[in-house]
Amino acid sequence: MLSELQIMFTRRRTWAMLAAIAMIPIVLALAVALSSDRLAPGEGPPFLDRVTQNGLFTGFTAMLLAMPLFLPLTISVVSGDTIAGEAGQGTLRYLLIAPVSRIRLLVVKYLGTLAFTLAGTFILMIAGAAIGAILFPIGPVTLLSGDVIGVGEAVGRMALVALYTTVSMTGMLAIGLFVSTLTTIPVGAMTGVLVSSGVSQILDNLPQFSWLHEWLFTHYWLDFADILRQPIELSSFGSNALLQLGYVAVFGALAYGRFATKDVLS
Amino acid sequence: MPDASQWAIETVGLTKKFGSQNAVDAVSLSVPRGSVFGFLGPNGCGKTTTIRMLLGLAEATSGDIFVLGQSIPKDLEETLPRVGALVEGPAFYPYLSGRDNLMRMDSADKTSDAKTRSQRVESALARVGLTNAAKKKSGAYSLGMKQRLGLANALLRPRDLLILDEPTNGLDPQGTREVRNLIRSLAAEGITIFLSSHLLLEIEQLCTHVAVMSAGSIVAQGSLPELRSLGATRLILEVDQVETTMEILEKQGVGPVTVVGHTLTTPVELGIDVGLLNEVLVKKKVRVSEIRLERPNLEEYFVELTGEGFDVVR
Repeated sequence: MLSELQIMFTRRRTWAMLAAIAMIPIVLALAVALSSDRLAPGEGPPFLDRVTQNGLFTGFTAMLLAMPLFLPLTISVVSGDTIAGEAGQGTLRYLLIAPVSRIRLLVVKYLGTLAFTLAGTFILMIAGAAIGAILFPIGPVTLLSGDVIGVGEAVGRMALVALYTTVSMTGMLAIGLFVSTLTTIPVGAMTGVLVSSGVSQILDNLPQFSWLHEWLFTHYWLDFADILRQPIELSSFGSNALLQLGYVAVFGALAYGRFATKDVLS
Repeated sequence: MPDASQWAIETVGLTKKFGSQNAVDAVSLSVPRGSVFGFLGPNGCGKTTTIRMLLGLAEATSGDIFVLGQSIPKDLEETLPRVGALVEGPAFYPYLSGRDNLMRMDSADKTSDAKTRSQRVESALARVGLTNAAKKKSGAYSLGMKQRLGLANALLRPRDLLILDEPTNGLDPQGTREVRNLIRSLAAEGITIFLSSHLLLEIEQLCTHVAVMSAGSIVAQGSLPELRSLGATRLILEVDQVETTMEILEKQGVGPVTVVGHTLTTPVELGIDVGLLNEVLVKKKVRVSEIRLERPNLEEYFVELTGEGFDVVR
């Protein structure tokens, strides 16, 4: 496991993606700071108008921007790469004869992608808070419910948002792991995973599929805003966690079923 | 007592189908412990597929496999730590150094001792002559260096069996020599070596036993002297009087004779008395500038078994 983390975090690609994630709040904050016109409340992405009043909102706004595309993109890169990447470069056969049992390899690979997601969401929130603190005033945060919390508690809420979004991604990570066992071409797997999140989000936006919405793994992705209420609204988190758990179970089982007996010929 | 088996590798009727084609067809191998076993065959004959099944990477369609006396794939996890392997060329993480690649592979094996890890990695690197390049990223290695790193990976811990698939592929003549010396020294330590190769010379130089594979089947198997004796011994003569020599040879019951200029070539029994023949020739005033026996040569036998053509059989 340690070795897996080492390998993930010694790759330049991992750092490039984490740096790109950190750039989201930075670019956002700079754009807001440099533009002279004030946005009317409600214009642009949610919370955007609040960024200038309170730098701590930078992280939340950036997360809203990153959630639909950028975060899933980086996640499809790492999760699509898990097995397919090893197979593509031939190291899979050497790992298996080291020996590593196939189930252990899947679990370790999955936990590795989870660690990346955790790092990504936290870096986004931390970079957001940091740039927000530099460019804008910082003060007690007015929540969506109208309540006001202190800076310390706001930082705690930011950590909760990072955790919430990480949990929201666990289902997609499992899909990625499964897709990755299907091929020896990592780019193919990455694309497949990204397409799955795209399709899921499109379906979620079509009212004709409303019966399906609560079963889509992207359905609760933006609901982390519930953490910005007082008291914290946990019902969406509960359904989300349960849904993600379901995806992890189903796609984890599929990945195992596929990989346990697969001939490794690469 | 699984270790009681005299075979390091034993397969019985091992078959692997890809679609309707039998990539490996009823292969029964018996690799004696302590031998250097050459697994010879042209490209695409099923050698690597067989090796993949021995290591549990691919599942056999039918047949049994025993490695170091243990059933594969059932006892795979107990068996593999005792087996070092190089399968279908080396493969590494190009963005890691040679040393870090070995560290990674060793830590993947949960039965290996983390305390001795860096020391074992260093000695494996030293053994294949890569100490000076250990810090370099493996993506920048030449093919020969990768091959050496692959061997180092197989030598990370003391092994009872090494399965080496084309270990000298891509090496320069010097590297080839070093790798062959390395294999000899490993064999001298008592490690069984299963060496697949399409290079006859390599097998002849290194191996005590050979199996020849062709189009998925084993066409010959045995110790090297046994297989050699199946090939033909040839007598080669260079003389001034070709006609007289041919008459003499005919009287001695030797033939048929092939003549090229003043050189005569003919198949003979291995036990023929060359000295006596020479004496007869000299008595008849034939000047003999060369007379020698060519030992049975595996190459001819190999070609006889696997076919002459350059085209891939299937």
